[in-house]
Amino acid sequence: MAINRDSNVYTLSFAAIMVVLVGGLLAFVSLSLKPIQKANQTNEKMQNILQAIGIEETATVSRDEAGTIFNDYVKRRITINYNGKILSDLAVNDPIKPQDKLDAFNIDIRKEYSKYIKPIMNANKGNDEKIKSELAGNENIHFPLFICENNGKKYMVTSCSGKGLWDDIWGYIGFESDGKTISGAIFDHKGETPGLGSVITEDWFEKQFRSKSIDENGYTAIQVLKPGKNLDNHQVDGISGATFTGVGVDEMMGRSMEVYYNFVKSNPEILN
Amino acid sequence: MSEETKEPLFSPKNKKLISEPININNPVTIQVLGICSALAVTVQIDNALIMSIAVMAVLVIGNVLVSLMRNAIPSKIRIIVQLVVVAALVIIVSEILKAFVYDVSKQLSVFVGLIITNCIIMGRLEAFAMGNKPWASVLDGLGNGFGYGLVLVIVAFFKEVFGSGTITIPGFEKFHVIPQAFYDMGYENNGLMLLPPSSLIIVAVYIWVQKLKNPELIDEQGS
Repeated sequence: MAINRDSNVYTLSFAAIMVVLVGGLLAFVSLSLKPIQKANQTNEKMQNILQAIGIEETATVSRDEAGTIFNDYVKRRITINYNGKILSDLAVNDPIKPQDKLDAFNIDIRKEYSKYIKPIMNANKGNDEKIKSELAGNENIHFPLFICENNGKKYMVTSCSGKGLWDDIWGYIGFESDGKTISGAIFDHKGETPGLGSVITEDWFEKQFRSKSIDENGYTAIQVLKPGKNLDNHQVDGISGATFTGVGVDEMMGRSMEVYYNFVKSNPEILN
Repeated sequence: MSEETKEPLFSPKNKKLISEPININNPVTIQVLGICSALAVTVQIDNALIMSIAVMAVLVIGNVLVSLMRNAIPSKIRIIVQLVVVAALVIIVSEILKAFVYDVSKQLSVFVGLIITNCIIMGRLEAFAMGNKPWASVLDGLGNGFGYGLVLVIVAFFKEVFGSGTITIPGFEKFHVIPQAFYDMGYENNGLMLLPPSSLIIVAVYIWVQKLKNPELIDEQGS
């Protein structure tokens, strides 16, 4: 029996069968690759945190190795809110459970920014005082904090997230045991221009932050300047051609590091 | 044995399917398709290379699938069917990249998804695969994918060398090709080369050189 390919019945049934087949195939691919993708993301996060400590032992750790040595260095995982209240405090022996949303390791710093912080900042543009008070009043915002140890010396790895020119940028900042001096910095981005904004992930940019301080008679934010200026202890060179990405790094660090600074100031025992 | 099956796999006609898109019928420089990604993913050679491979894979497999189904696809919804085939392939490519070459997938980020909108792919499916046998479609996909990749890599080479002074090849460290002595003498990387407009200039120069070498490509005066 010849099939009339121009009939509506044929067209509709072709479309229906095709959609079901393709939908099933995509669901199958997505489900079967999910565990591998998830492991990649977890390992990358561990790699970032380890590298942010800024010590030689973890500087060149590969993504796959990161999972196995993470617990050798990261001894405590703490989640605080904007006012420095501890919401979760886990030791190295507590396994990372995906369902424990308050575990510092499970805090999605990009989501913290896009879901809670960005709306507040957009609603109160230009009014810094109002932004601060609203951020402080919001119980939903979490700040993860990792206490690390190497050869008896303690380090603290903090995180920050914000917006670059095109999309999200985020970073992990490590501090010495004084809680003020930066020991290492790792940045990443979702869609900054390759060769321009994407340069924030390169070594020379990240290394500039080392041994800079966020303290000078109180909290002092790290500034990202236009390249070629004379730099003091709180300033780094920006990237020429990527002014807005630099502004984003400046803003997210200034906003987030203050929370950690205040936290360490009122809880100095945490790094002893 | 029928007449058609006797045609050798690499007959002159089939060879042409590969060679023409690389030069005299290049999808980017002659048909001016796929310009969008030629502007955007050409800042570094490695990105351009991986993007080319991804596009070529999607193009070849999409061509074959559409060619196999060409007699069954209802003509009323053929564009939608082609779109579904391409979209499904792109999602699968993207998922595979994420699982097995995570770093690459991060670098290409949004551009992988944009393969769907690459005019070359829809163009070849509609113009070629809908009316030709699978093997010819494979060659057509390879040829066009290669022609696209060639332009991308050449543009990326000039952009990267003059924009950042480096060459990045996947799997290797960055090579600094401009010696430090040049910078000491006052040479500076040209930031404009990293931005999309410079690709247009390079593509235009490419077309100029190509037409200079192939006079038959030059349009008649006044046409």
